[in-house]
Amino acid sequence: MIRLRHKLNRGSFALDVDVEVPDTGITGVFGESGSGKTTLLRCIAGLEQLDGLPVHKRNVGYVFQDPALFPHLTVRGNIEYGARRATTHRVDSAPVVEMLGIGGLLDRKPNSLSGGEAQRVAIAAALLRSPDIVLMDEPLASLDRRRKDELLPYFDRLHDELAVPVIYVSHDIDEICRLCDHLILLEDGRVAADGDLFDVVSRVDVPMLSGQNAGVVLWATPVDHEEGLTRFDFGDGDIWAPGEFEVGRHPMRLRVAASDVSIVRERPSQTTIQNVIRATIEAVHPVDSATALVRLEAGNQNLLSQVTNRSIRRLGLAVGDRVFAQVKSVTVRH
Amino acid sequence: MSIFHPMWLSIQLAAFTTVILILVGTPIAWWLSQTKTRWKPAVQAVVAMPIVLPPTVLGFYLLILLGPDGAIGSWWVQLTGSALTFSFAGLVIASCVYSLPFAVQPIQNAFESLPSQYLERAWTLGASRLDAFFSIVVPLSVRGFISGIVLSFAHTLGEFGVVLMVGGNIPGETRVVSIAIYDHVESLNYAAAHRMSLLLIGFAFIVLMAMFMLNRRWGAR
Repeated sequence: MIRLRHKLNRGSFALDVDVEVPDTGITGVFGESGSGKTTLLRCIAGLEQLDGLPVHKRNVGYVFQDPALFPHLTVRGNIEYGARRATTHRVDSAPVVEMLGIGGLLDRKPNSLSGGEAQRVAIAAALLRSPDIVLMDEPLASLDRRRKDELLPYFDRLHDELAVPVIYVSHDIDEICRLCDHLILLEDGRVAADGDLFDVVSRVDVPMLSGQNAGVVLWATPVDHEEGLTRFDFGDGDIWAPGEFEVGRHPMRLRVAASDVSIVRERPSQTTIQNVIRATIEAVHPVDSATALVRLEAGNQNLLSQVTNRSIRRLGLAVGDRVFAQVKSVTVRH
Repeated sequence: MSIFHPMWLSIQLAAFTTVILILVGTPIAWWLSQTKTRWKPAVQAVVAMPIVLPPTVLGFYLLILLGPDGAIGSWWVQLTGSALTFSFAGLVIASCVYSLPFAVQPIQNAFESLPSQYLERAWTLGASRLDAFFSIVVPLSVRGFISGIVLSFAHTLGEFGVVLMVGGNIPGETRVVSIAIYDHVESLNYAAAHRMSLLLIGFAFIVLMAMFMLNRRWGAR
């Protein structure tokens, strides 16, 4: 584990963080704008307290929201900039260049690159510095939807192939659910919750993860295809998701939003919703005067359902009840 | 006497002044571009003063400061045995003061137009402050440096009042081209004044045009 301990007072804003993150995999930092996500990264890198250990001695790789490649250097010059100054050489250039798909760009100047290409070059530069930790500050936020979709697969590869720990800041919970293994929720400069991604997102008592942000991540293995859908083995039933994924491979991540899950007492006989899963109510937590979050247990994993307090009362739902969860939509993440 | 002699002296003076100004002006420009102190406007005003003050005012105080009884002059006499006033060395010092804003301002402007992200990225990629300055800031501020070099050189070449006050008119030592032209006009030697003036006009034109061409080339990158 790596301990992150940072305090900073900036008049109207104070950061006070003391948290441990795993030394492998990607840790997501999620929070609204102004919650101190970027400030936390800047503190780790030494960019905030300039009187401490100098930035260049901290051995961090930093990927900024804006790639800000050095315009007077070629792509090759840019990615070698950090490598040449690295104190330890643990990362070879060839696999990184290959992984990020920038082999064809090496002799170009940064101003001829697209936003997504520039960001891939910036990531390569940060990795070739052979850092002890990689800090990513919303690396996708400055890109439009199309460029983002173009870049996400490279992040999936980073997730699978990277040996160094990554701290990934984002205000997009879906992005974090796709890429991260561990999660820190930041609110007003403080840690509101932290832990394993799968555990944290299935909590019902974290106000930050309610409404649009509420939803779980599931592991499920694809078993077969039918009519453009893939059937995933889940609990004592199936989940169908759009797209055709390689069957029998390792389990994949499914993201299920709480607003897409409804609860019924009896298994419905006729419904357009394909995914009906037997589940047990584990917790009920009111979010506001109208709605509540219900945590369901199914196949040793959790589902969240966002329902109205009125429905809870009318159906008489209580912890321990055996019910059926209707899952309207699932996105396959990884 | 050759018309080239005062011209050559002017070029030497301008060259010395420019080299010193780039060495001294760059740190000042960097400090001004990065500082958050509330004294910044005061320092900027001091640096910019030579632009608005009449050369006679500058020349007057420099004469006192550099004179054998002045703060710098007396120290120089102790060090070298000769006076700073009415000497080439004195002229170089006076020119540095006089042309300082012409070196500092374009370089400072170039520094200020650099996004701070470049520096922060360079640091996180393992570059020390000094390393980042020379590997990132300087190459990206080339236009500012070219402007600073050309402007301080040209401005020193064209100075008259300060030179007259501090340097006087000693052939081979302080008789620069602007003084020589004044001299020729005073003695009604218009032909000689024309030759030198035209030479200076041609030189100034070529230098400035070269700067703008260089700027365009660097700007088109």
